[in-house]
Amino acid sequence: MTEKIVQTALSNGMKVLLKEIHTAPLVSSWVWYRVGSRDEINGCTGISHWVEHMQFKGTPQFPASMLDKAISREGGMWNAMTYLDWTTYFETMPADRIDLGLRLEADRMVNSAFDEKEVGSERTVIIAEREGNENEPHFLLGEAVQGAAFRVHAYHHEVIGDMADLHSMTRDDLYRHYRTYYVPNNAVMAVAGDFDADQMLERIQELYEPIPAGSEPARLARPEPEQKGELRLAVEGPGETTYVQVCYRFPNASDPDFFPLTVLDSLLAGPSNLNMFGGGISNKTSRLYRALVDKELAVSLSGGSQATIDPFLYNISITIHPQRQPEEALAALDDEIKRIQDEPVDEDEIARAIKQARAIFAYGSENITNQAFWMGYAEMFADYNWFLTYLDTLTTVTPADVQRVAQQYLLPRSRVIGTYVPSGGEV
Amino acid sequence: MASMLHSLPGADDTYRVELPNGIVVLARANFNSPSVVISAYLYAGGLFDPDEKLGLADFVSSALMRGTHKRDFQKLYDELESVGASFGYNSGTHYAGFGGRSLVEDLPLLLDVMTDTLQNPAFPADQVEKLRAQMLTGLAIRAQDTSDMASLTFDELLYDGHPYSRSDEGWPETIQAITQDDLVEFHRKHYSPHGMVISIVGAVEPEKAVAEVEHMLGGWQNEVQDEALELPEFRPPAQTIQRHYSIPGKSQSDLVMGSYGPKRNDPEYLPATLGNNILGQFGMMGRIGDVVREQSGLAYYAYSQLSAGVGPGAWYVSAGVNPANLEKATELVKQELKRYVEEGISAEELADSQANYVGRLPLSLESNGGVAGALLNVERYGLGLDYYRQYPDLVRAVTVDEVLETARKYIDPERLVIATAGP
Repeated sequence: MTEKIVQTALSNGMKVLLKEIHTAPLVSSWVWYRVGSRDEINGCTGISHWVEHMQFKGTPQFPASMLDKAISREGGMWNAMTYLDWTTYFETMPADRIDLGLRLEADRMVNSAFDEKEVGSERTVIIAEREGNENEPHFLLGEAVQGAAFRVHAYHHEVIGDMADLHSMTRDDLYRHYRTYYVPNNAVMAVAGDFDADQMLERIQELYEPIPAGSEPARLARPEPEQKGELRLAVEGPGETTYVQVCYRFPNASDPDFFPLTVLDSLLAGPSNLNMFGGGISNKTSRLYRALVDKELAVSLSGGSQATIDPFLYNISITIHPQRQPEEALAALDDEIKRIQDEPVDEDEIARAIKQARAIFAYGSENITNQAFWMGYAEMFADYNWFLTYLDTLTTVTPADVQRVAQQYLLPRSRVIGTYVPSGGEV
Repeated sequence: MASMLHSLPGADDTYRVELPNGIVVLARANFNSPSVVISAYLYAGGLFDPDEKLGLADFVSSALMRGTHKRDFQKLYDELESVGASFGYNSGTHYAGFGGRSLVEDLPLLLDVMTDTLQNPAFPADQVEKLRAQMLTGLAIRAQDTSDMASLTFDELLYDGHPYSRSDEGWPETIQAITQDDLVEFHRKHYSPHGMVISIVGAVEPEKAVAEVEHMLGGWQNEVQDEALELPEFRPPAQTIQRHYSIPGKSQSDLVMGSYGPKRNDPEYLPATLGNNILGQFGMMGRIGDVVREQSGLAYYAYSQLSAGVGPGAWYVSAGVNPANLEKATELVKQELKRYVEEGISAEELADSQANYVGRLPLSLESNGGVAGALLNVERYGLGLDYYRQYPDLVRAVTVDEVLETARKYIDPERLVIATAGP
């Protein structure tokens, strides 16, 4: 199937990527902004996510009560997400109705009201969202580990923000953040689906080119200094189950080491599924599953990294077996890591990891929303070419590469180990 | 532009065959992606569990992938994971479900794993114990989950005296009571080609897919299967019942409140679900979301749901709220339910809801998994292969009065079940 791809920029600096896919009468349209929790200073943690919420509160042209009904009436799906490096909004709609999504995003790029009263009611909604997160041991542990791993870089706080800031931020803080980062020259638009690319580009120009460029928003750049020794911490809370997170330093997505590390992750903990929509596969034959779960030191295990702009973390998450101690699982983990550092992996193991990645890519391509997602997502930390060449780049990874990155990155002195200690357990 | 009608499954592009041993196979081609999905079910759900061994059906379904007489646990998963395929079982109240996905070149492997695990599970003792420990940990985690425990409490109250009041996953003591022999016996009695339905969707010709299933499973016989169980009569609560499940140390409580609902095959199903969309789904979670989240800022999520299947359904509102706001949220929801059954809905609201249902159909049937699930639904409820083509007309035929009558039949604001879990 030939799929036409257009990559261009509008006169105001907004990048546009279009991909024709004529398999179903659907179009998925995404607008991405280069702003996320990494752009937040203390006192304003969680502001990007809160601004995202406010973007659903309406504009003079599309008041809140009309906005959601308009999309739903047309059978559309829409949502938004805020993450470390980015904030994104999407609509997936019947192909002949996507114009509503295009108009809506152009409108709320500049015209959102940020009404004082709406800010007030959304404050308690977001506090409720955070309280819901705090019910989960994984959230409490993850927040503590991330905070310990980053002292300088703004990756140190959770996307939802700290409770103190959720109580103290004002309407003006939010509006300033919105006006600073929501400018076309800080945005990427990605549209995939059943349309004619020339017509789509013309319509996007018509709607978005009148929006003036703003000053280029500066992004926070405070590199995390090198970690000089293993950090261990504990979080206590209700329950009977002990969880352990082990986090190593992981390079940014455009670093060449990202790819051998992706293969390493696949071997250790099973292939990660980077798709936003579309399934992954199990990890029961991965080295760590065999060493920890098959050996009854843990009842489940997962591992994964994120594609980020700055170096982030490789996180191994372990649910400890009720009859075992976390130290026993950690010892087994260290044995496996030593093994992959000392003994070169087999060519076949790499080929297997590549086949797994190919299958996961095929599952993701069943879904137009996921295809549009990838175009914009890849732009946030590298470019769309990163995605298009992903599988080819993986095939260049050698056993020596995998061994080298295992030796270089999986070091005790640059890891953080967090344990959730349950108040009701016997551990 | 791709046409909407063509994108929906219908009798002209769904191949349906009933094999001599009773297995029904449904297949539909999709050559847009080089992948394929299998989705299937048979009558082996938790209804067959003895009270003292609740969770048995669930245990059996998980144990099927723990080793067969041909492949041990690691070999099973090694074959699947080596090619990026997945396959697994789960269990509900009435059915055990199973299925998987792979690149289309690996469909023969997927079918072989399915056949092997269905017919020849070994239930190895060491794997059974590993699985038991994992299930017990799952139950310990569930006991800390405010949402899960509020739902379980809601089911216990709503379906008091009916098998739907029971937990399909069981409880720690019932999982401890299950023996390896119980697993073998349950599988022997309830896993059978009779009543099994399999759908295959993806980059394979439907005739070829069906022929391969017939080749693998057409010769399977198992005559000792138990007859399907009759459900006892269901009696809705005579008055409002409220119960709190205490989980100390949590920062948020979950609320589940509502009533019973129609079966999937009842004529009231469509009016109920279109009305429910207005009540607590449409836009940002409908009227419930508007009152509880948008106007009062009490919750991050607040929505209503209609769960309709073989037996009496459930119709309920869920919300996660600060423990101090539980009473206020409960009262707001109650007022909204009252308004819904007293005033009904407007013609405009219904038209919106109908447009939403019709418009989102292509999106819900976009992926292979979406279509495979839809085909199972068609078979399970006898909807007919053209159901999704007729669906827009069926939806548009529902009237405002039908929605109101249905609401009044099932929801009585003076006879609600209110379950909460939290500190």
